[in-house]
Amino acid sequence: MIGGFPLAELLTAALIVVGASFALIGSWGLVRLPSLMERLHGPTKASTLGLGGMLIGSVVFFQLVKGEWTTHELLVSLFLFVTAPIAANMIAKVHLHRLRLGEKPGPADPPTAPRDGSDWATYEAPREGTPGWFPDE
Amino acid sequence: MIGYALGFGFAALGLALAMNLWRLFQGPGVADRILALDTMVINTIGIIVLAGIANGEGSAFEAALLLAMVGFVGTVAYAKFLLRGDIIE
Repeated sequence: MIGGFPLAELLTAALIVVGASFALIGSWGLVRLPSLMERLHGPTKASTLGLGGMLIGSVVFFQLVKGEWTTHELLVSLFLFVTAPIAANMIAKVHLHRLRLGEKPGPADPPTAPRDGSDWATYEAPREGTPGWFPDE
Repeated sequence: MIGYALGFGFAALGLALAMNLWRLFQGPGVADRILALDTMVINTIGIIVLAGIANGEGSAFEAALLLAMVGFVGTVAYAKFLLRGDIIE
């Protein structure tokens, strides 16, 4: 097989298996869970733990087995960790608005409104002084 | 040993992509389809990373980085279009 010392190979193999398992479980959750707010939960595990594990495995492989210094994996994981919450938030907002437009709700829909009786922020008009607010509207 | 782990990883990610595809065609709502596409991009990045390890060359990670950026922009563009009826206002 590839040269280097066996502990690094063992660590790489374990990280690859753990990461790929998390990716598989995340996609299984996407198929299996009943409504979109719950389905959002599965792929977030796939993108953080799954890809994170595989990328750390790749860092370990290139550093300890091949003896090369690479930083691309860190860039990929940094970018994914920054963007994944934004994408999930946008998808949840789309879901909330489609529900109000009359899309068929799942078992957990609609999500419970905030406790003080107000509505979800994404349904409200922009408040005075915020960037989305225009005086002439 | 890494060879077996890579085989398992490719099989798991291929199965995950097949399940994403099922959700993409099945998904009752538009948000489900966006989520399925987003997850497909994530799994494809995983396959590219594993291919980079399998070939022993680091040049695959430029592709992974580009796909991470373009996938995020695509997801936000879909969601923005559905929320506002426009992508760049």
